[in-house]
Amino acid sequence: MAELLRQAWAVARKDLVLELRTRTALVSAVVFTALVLTLFNFGRDPTAVPTLDLAPTVLWVTFTFAAMLTLNRAFQLELENQALEGLLVSPLSRTSLYWGKLIANLAFVAVVEAVGLPLFVLFFNVSVSRVLLPLVGVIALATLGFVAVGTLFSALVIRTRFAELLLLVILLPFLLPPLIGAVQVTARLLAGRPLSESVGYLKLLAAYDIVFVSLASFLFRFTVDE
Amino acid sequence: MLSIEGLRHVYGPVVALDNVSFMLAPGQTLAIFGPNGAGKTTLVKVLAGLIRPQRGTVRVDGGRRAIGWIGHESHLYDHLTVRENLLFWASLYGVPAAAREARAAGVAERLGLTDRVERPVWSLSRGLAQRAAIARALIHDPRVLLLDEPFTGLDLAAAAELRVLLGELRGAGRTLVLATHNVDEGVELATHVAFQRRGRIVHFAPRGGRDAAQVADAYRRAMSDG
Repeated sequence: MAELLRQAWAVARKDLVLELRTRTALVSAVVFTALVLTLFNFGRDPTAVPTLDLAPTVLWVTFTFAAMLTLNRAFQLELENQALEGLLVSPLSRTSLYWGKLIANLAFVAVVEAVGLPLFVLFFNVSVSRVLLPLVGVIALATLGFVAVGTLFSALVIRTRFAELLLLVILLPFLLPPLIGAVQVTARLLAGRPLSESVGYLKLLAAYDIVFVSLASFLFRFTVDE
Repeated sequence: MLSIEGLRHVYGPVVALDNVSFMLAPGQTLAIFGPNGAGKTTLVKVLAGLIRPQRGTVRVDGGRRAIGWIGHESHLYDHLTVRENLLFWASLYGVPAAAREARAAGVAERLGLTDRVERPVWSLSRGLAQRAAIARALIHDPRVLLLDEPFTGLDLAAAAELRVLLGELRGAGRTLVLATHNVDEGVELATHVAFQRRGRIVHFAPRGGRDAAQVADAYRRAMSDG
């Protein structure tokens, strides 16, 4: 287990260093987040739909599509000089490779969300100060699930043509459960409802995380081995 | 020791490996010659564990950790420095943390890269990148070294240096498998010579006292038969 985690961290650390050097995915995702939130802010009629009805959906749709920009990048950088082949020949376990990619992707998406959340608060004029901790918890819970699935699928499509488009098409149906759960819990939190009202959705998010992190860890080897 | 038995692998109607078997002891070097499309790269990838053959077995003493592989691509990350690349691959191959810096410096010096270790890979010329790729393959001091067209991109001096290095590795008891379409390359390194044609090993024998011209003559005859 220690060796597995050590190798996973080596992969994640390498991805983080590469992203900090190139800033390809992170800058794109952050700019995308800011642009989408700006467009939604100016493109809606606040008198037609109450902000609190619209805001949770806008937040999660923005986070989801921004995350996809970073997920696409995860295995593309392994195609550079066919580094992926080198990884597969090395003693690196497939589970370590998956977890390494998952850790790096979670870090990238967390940065995007850390930038997106204050912008969301600013543009939609919602108060999150009293629910910040549970809101961050829900964001973490939902993000883990969809990044776990996204990391698996980004490996699956990487050797195909139109990988970016394909990832979008096959990933979105799998994101429905965490998205529904996250939107429902966020809506209740922003409306000032107690967290106990959202227990069912929180269980859904936790179950999704457990099932898909386990399943993706097991299935990953079949997506990368020839 | 490296032994393979009854390897068969097809890509649709194309037979890449057809009942390939041989065994190499420590200190032996096999040079595999064959035209483009003969199946040399598939054979090397099967030996490296990158492709699972549809039939047959591969045995390498020491498993994946014992294998060093130089393929068509460098397997290096362009935006990491040579040193960072070497340290990353050393960590994946289980080189102890305390020994990684010294090992990286050692192989860099042996490949004439000492002055360039802090340069990102993207800034290196094709020849220097190939040297860095060789350094990467040697970072864990592999017992079996697989080389697929290793002289590609090297100038005459660098190619001569690589021959000296490979000779030293052979002398140190390493098992080498060298695949190339150019008979002149590496003949003097080989203890054994194989000719591959349409997936089959049509000739496998100790090189004995044959020089490059004699091996080339035997190769031409083997390729023109049938």
